[in-house]
Amino acid sequence: MIWDWDYAFAVAPKLLDALIVTVQAALAGFAIALVLGLLIALARRSRFLWLSLPVAGAAEFIRSTPLLVQLYFLFFVMPGFGFQMSPFLTGVIGLGLHYATYTAEVYRAGLDAVPRGQWEASVALDFSPFHTLRAIILPQALPPVIPVLGNYLIAIFKDTPLLSAITVLEMMQVAKIEGSETFQYLEPLTIVGLLFLIVSLISALLIGRLERHLGTLRRT
Amino acid sequence: MTTTSALRDPAAGTPALDAARPMIRFKGISKAFGSLTVLDNLDLDIAPAEKVALIGPSGSGKSTLLRVLMTLERPDTGSIEIDGAPLWHMPGKGGAKNGGLVPADAGHLREMRKNVGMVFQQFNLFPHMTVLRNVTEAPVHVLGIGKDEAEARARDLLELVGLRDKLGHYPAQLSGGQQQRVAIARALAMRPRVMLFDEVTSALDPETVGEVLNVIRKLAEEHNLTMLMVTHQMGFAREFADRVCFFYQGRICEQGPPDQLFNHPREERTQAFLRAVLES
Ligand SMILES: Nc1ncnc2c1ncn2[C@@H]1O[C@H](COP(=O)(O)OP(=O)(O)OP(=O)(O)O)[C@@H](O)[C@H]1O
Ligand SMILES: [Mg+2]
Repeated sequence: MIWDWDYAFAVAPKLLDALIVTVQAALAGFAIALVLGLLIALARRSRFLWLSLPVAGAAEFIRSTPLLVQLYFLFFVMPGFGFQMSPFLTGVIGLGLHYATYTAEVYRAGLDAVPRGQWEASVALDFSPFHTLRAIILPQALPPVIPVLGNYLIAIFKDTPLLSAITVLEMMQVAKIEGSETFQYLEPLTIVGLLFLIVSLISALLIGRLERHLGTLRRT
Repeated sequence: MTTTSALRDPAAGTPALDAARPMIRFKGISKAFGSLTVLDNLDLDIAPAEKVALIGPSGSGKSTLLRVLMTLERPDTGSIEIDGAPLWHMPGKGGAKNGGLVPADAGHLREMRKNVGMVFQQFNLFPHMTVLRNVTEAPVHVLGIGKDEAEARARDLLELVGLRDKLGHYPAQLSGGQQQRVAIARALAMRPRVMLFDEVTSALDPETVGEVLNVIRKLAEEHNLTMLMVTHQMGFAREFADRVCFFYQGRICEQGPPDQLFNHPREERTQAFLRAVLES
């Protein structure tokens, strides 16, 4: 098998288009995971058992079952209940939901690291629960965990090939289609691997920078 | 009386201050953690502007009493009144029909908490805010006063505690004694009528204890605040307090003016405690 440059240049644009879909899915899934994860972490800390227990149970369930199964479930079973969504949207929701249960653990660690005295001072000063969270607790809980959250963006990105299972035209799906038409898989799959590598490296670089930036902030 | 404009004088402006009505009334307060009874059917009345020192062995319930008053712990039984108004209860919807009080909701607790300020052993300043912001945050967001007015108030109070020049500093840049003085200013900025101090010098280096005690001394002398202070410093309790309460196993075992309690304790437990403390 020899590398065919002409073929590589021919499929590259299609794969770059698919890269955009992939990055969009990863970012959208990450955004959902960031917001939903925080809500899960807060709900699990609630003193209302009717809230904390079901949320804890659902989160544990989602975290300990494979993302692929969840994607199939969302894509093939949910329409039976009347929830019909595009493959892309289904994929984004699947990624967001699954990774929210991981970011929730990260948030939990951040919240746990805030001393109890900060909550007590907030009660003594009569802050509302919302103001306590927004102005006192989260500004202390979030900065230390932002790099860890960033690593989950890379993890989500690397899980996007699973979306090919539900017909999303992300990079892996496009590479497979191209390969099956020409029986030449080497070039498209190699390019996909390289693109993953490049995007991951760039993300890691940005996260590292952010981490250093937060480090200097905290020292002052 | 010299009153800094930053503080309100609770007695002034209350035309018919009922001398007989206590500022704080604990009635039959009990609190247990699991099987450990920490407060045991405790009664205590505190007069307006009275300064009360709480002393006693570790675990005898002193902090818990302050925390119940600050609504950080809910008592199992009993009632607390602040200037005649129930703290952990409020009038039921039916009013007089049901004849009674129902457990307080969050809104009632928030309203009642405005009367009480607390200073903690560990300061609990907000580390991500400057000194000025620490002191203005609650007046602005809880009392809803303007930012300029809140900052003016904060400056006066930081002047009072001798930290006028540290407005822009972060807590980590201050010594323990300075942090604790900021914490006192932060609590005062809400203009509480009652101030609670829970071993506020216990976490301090010995050389900075004095500066914090001086601030409290000044407050006690110049203002009409009702003050409750848990302390292990008998010397300070003696000069600061109008009354000293000796706690033992969740009850007040003996109480009286400092002179009497320190010089002529009646109870054997008090005598033993004082002997142990003064020897160490
Ligand atoms: N949240 C809690 N859960 C379980 N036990 C608690 C809790 N808070 C306090 N206690 C226990 O209640 C007892 C009384 O505590 P409290 O802090 O009121 O004592 P104290 O008189 O302030 O003692 P110290 O002088 O050591 O501060 C202690 O044995 C303490 O361990
Ligand atoms: Mg204590």
